[in-house]
Amino acid sequence: MSELVLAGGRVIDETGERVGDVRIVDGLIAEVGPRLSASAGALVLDSEGCVVAPGLVDIHVHFREPGREDAETIETGARAAALGGCTAVVCMPNTEPPLDDAAVVQAVLERGRRAACAVHVAACITKGRHGTELAPMGELYDLGVRMFTDDGDCVADARVMRGAFEYLGALAGSVLAQHAEDPALVHGGHMHEGAWSARLGIPGRPAEAESSIVGRDLALAKLTGGRYHVMHVSSGQTVELVRAAKAAGVRVTAECTPQHLVLTDGACAEFDPVFKMNPPLREQHDVDALRAGLTDGTIDAVATDHAPHAPETKASPFEEAPAGMLGVETGLAVVLSTLVEPGVVSIGAALGALSWRPARISGLDAYGHGGPVSIGRPANLCVIDPTLRWVVDAHRLASRATNSPWHEWKLTGKVRHTLLDGLPTVRDGELNQ
Amino acid sequence: MKHLLAVDDLAELDTSGPVATSLRTGIESMLDLTASFVEVTQRDIPKVPALRGKTVVSLFYEDSTRTRLSFEAAAKRLGADTMTFSVATSSVNKGESLLDTVQTIEAMGVHAIVVRHSAAGAPHRVASWTSASVVNAGDGRHEHPTQALLDAFTLRRHRGPSLDGCRVAIVGDIANSRVARSNVVALRALGCDLTLVGPPTLMPSRIDGWPVAVSYDLDDVLADVDVVYLLRIQLERIDANGADVRFPTLREYSARWGLTAPRAARLKPDTLVMHPGPMNRGVEIAAEVADSVRSLVTEQVANGVAVRMAVLWSLVGSGGPVV
Amino acid sequence: MHARDDAANTKRPGTDDPGPMGEGHVASGAPVVLRTRVFDADDLRRALTRIAHEIVERNHGAANVVLVGLYTRGVALSRRLAVAIESFEGVAVPVGALDVSFYRDDIGLRPVVPLGPTEVPDVSGKVVVLVDDVLFTGRTARAALDALLELGRPRAVQLAVLVDRGHRELPLRADFVGKNLPTRAVEDVRVRLREVDVGNDGVELWGPPEGAS
Repeated sequence: MSELVLAGGRVIDETGERVGDVRIVDGLIAEVGPRLSASAGALVLDSEGCVVAPGLVDIHVHFREPGREDAETIETGARAAALGGCTAVVCMPNTEPPLDDAAVVQAVLERGRRAACAVHVAACITKGRHGTELAPMGELYDLGVRMFTDDGDCVADARVMRGAFEYLGALAGSVLAQHAEDPALVHGGHMHEGAWSARLGIPGRPAEAESSIVGRDLALAKLTGGRYHVMHVSSGQTVELVRAAKAAGVRVTAECTPQHLVLTDGACAEFDPVFKMNPPLREQHDVDALRAGLTDGTIDAVATDHAPHAPETKASPFEEAPAGMLGVETGLAVVLSTLVEPGVVSIGAALGALSWRPARISGLDAYGHGGPVSIGRPANLCVIDPTLRWVVDAHRLASRATNSPWHEWKLTGKVRHTLLDGLPTVRDGELNQ
Repeated sequence: MKHLLAVDDLAELDTSGPVATSLRTGIESMLDLTASFVEVTQRDIPKVPALRGKTVVSLFYEDSTRTRLSFEAAAKRLGADTMTFSVATSSVNKGESLLDTVQTIEAMGVHAIVVRHSAAGAPHRVASWTSASVVNAGDGRHEHPTQALLDAFTLRRHRGPSLDGCRVAIVGDIANSRVARSNVVALRALGCDLTLVGPPTLMPSRIDGWPVAVSYDLDDVLADVDVVYLLRIQLERIDANGADVRFPTLREYSARWGLTAPRAARLKPDTLVMHPGPMNRGVEIAAEVADSVRSLVTEQVANGVAVRMAVLWSLVGSGGPVV
Repeated sequence: MHARDDAANTKRPGTDDPGPMGEGHVASGAPVVLRTRVFDADDLRRALTRIAHEIVERNHGAANVVLVGLYTRGVALSRRLAVAIESFEGVAVPVGALDVSFYRDDIGLRPVVPLGPTEVPDVSGKVVVLVDDVLFTGRTARAALDALLELGRPRAVQLAVLVDRGHRELPLRADFVGKNLPTRAVEDVRVRLREVDVGNDGVELWGPPEGAS
């Protein structure tokens, strides 16, 4: 029998906040209460002044395996996730080969079994992500996949999207997730189409490229009764559409990234491709609309879209560099520093967006993630020091890549411990090897 | 001023007196400097040893013989040594990244790198990888600062040292034109009144904040302007895959926005015509207009060398202590 | 070529030329005060008159002579010399102006800015008299020689200066000198000309305050 005690913290989960230590026995939560005394031989992890919460669940990461292991592997990505407080992640299927086939999905899940967090996957909607023929979603569902997306690309054909909605009606608990960027409208664009792109001479991607697809998809979701999830919302127009659709009873959820809650297209002014991503960083009024959406529940979850790229690929001119930013290790700290500390969002709401709500959207609650810190549940937890100040060094993150837009940012809040099934993957701020 | 990546950088030009207090004084200082170099280019021996022992490298990822030769002539007339990496002559290895190429050049010891690239911001990247001074010779649709300088220099030679209130119409594919972006900044700083003219599909999508007027009707604008600045329709910048949604045909473009002979006849007698070259005769400008006495096109080209000498001198020669 | 009203000649009225080759400047930047007025306006005029006579005498007339002044004060002096020569010899000597900025040996070590347009008449086969206000290290004269010889092939080059203050760093000497003025390196020779500076003509010696070394 192994025992571990998290001592000195306060517990925050979906039921609320209470001061209490947490005792974990054989990987399950055994007791929660103030000033618990540890048994002899128990491992005590100092959690003084910290928040003890369900482990974070990042439902949108790219771990690049198979195919682009020069940028990241499941092992290195999971380590970064654990340092970021995650006990589970959902990997996107735009690998090489893509996750549109049972054998590849099985291989990835197998690799993930030994990783520092639980590794789940989203699988493709269409074969090869070409957007024309449906992938064998039933087979992949049987392997445990619940989220289907062609992420990286948009399913632009309305007929294909309708078919996917209808087909998934037979697969309980599944959700259709869209990377909403109309390919015809974003073609040739590399940043948000706005005053900055006009000044810099870089062709842009208008916000309408996202909202027009979301509007259409919401109509199809309503038509078919399907479940729809909007990934990385970037524009206020989209927030409004989602808000109205929820009010009308459409089964829709939405996520956005930390960077879209903080940064704007002005970050591209020096032509540094670290700030290039799809969908692009947009304007201040979009940032404000996303924050309002997070506050009123229109945006359910914060997911980082962790997108590592081999450093030499990002060391090129803006228009030629690949799009995407690192995020899984810094996501929580960025949210705490930019939204919680200034009082825009409460820490409970932030944790909800980072942990239990994405767990429910992705079906990972069934695997013991995101749930309340209560007796009998698996100990998938993170311990956060909300006042620790630290400076991000892009070259010293656990990811293989270094393309973090937060390099040299001074953040407040850091993960002290992360427990996966009761075992520490992160201890005192460091990976537990 | 360490690099010239955009016209705005001239606001930091150290004229050895007080640092330029504004973009306008920085531009004017550079233009005054250019006059000294025009004189040098007119001598029997059109050369001074000002940059002897310095090396200037041309890094041209876009084919442009004229601009490249203009920069190389400028460097040589200052007594500098030159090296050329040009995609046209295949000495730029297409498999080699920009970073690798710059690091190779760095290792050879250079003082200035002149960069032309089809992607905006490429010179900015180069500047972050080298201790040499970087000159932007055209980056994508972003800027072409030395073009704006030679245009302003040429214009001042005809309209006097003050361009306050000079009415300039810039006509054509503004959205895709680095020449337009640089000229808007430079000519506005010098006091010109600017109007951008062209079809709506060729205007930048968001022009709020630009210190310009916009018109889609060339005829409306022509009667009052002092200068018509024509841009080349950039056939190589359109998306080869998509439908051309900029305008239906070149004939239609030319009919509505070209400086045809009848239109030129309606200009004021002293209105000048400018073009960055090379010209699509019969498209944005009628052949007879291009060759008319109003046209400053050949002068623009001639002044290019002196302007680039002034720029190289400012970056490499007259600066502060060598680190 | 004749002297003409030239705005560039008054580009920086009242200021001293910058730089180590700019004669008359203290390298260290230590504070200096006026110690002696070496020439007043009359002394300066007499010295220039004498130099004008010497130039004509040495060259057996003014027929083949071209005066080339070095920016900034040398240009003004060269024009005054031309006026003087015309008054007693009846010959209009061509006058040019030379900017040596691009020939300096300290380019890259300090900011260098061209001082004015170089406009030198045809010098082939002529005797060119370079004119400057102060001869100090000799580096300006060396640069002027290089600049001039790229503009043409004179028969001979001579050098006329208002003040020779010693401290040569190169093997050069002046042919015509208004005043030999031994100075210490910490001192500063300042020539005032009404074309360029505010106030009367003169030559002043500036140095560290009394009591300082």
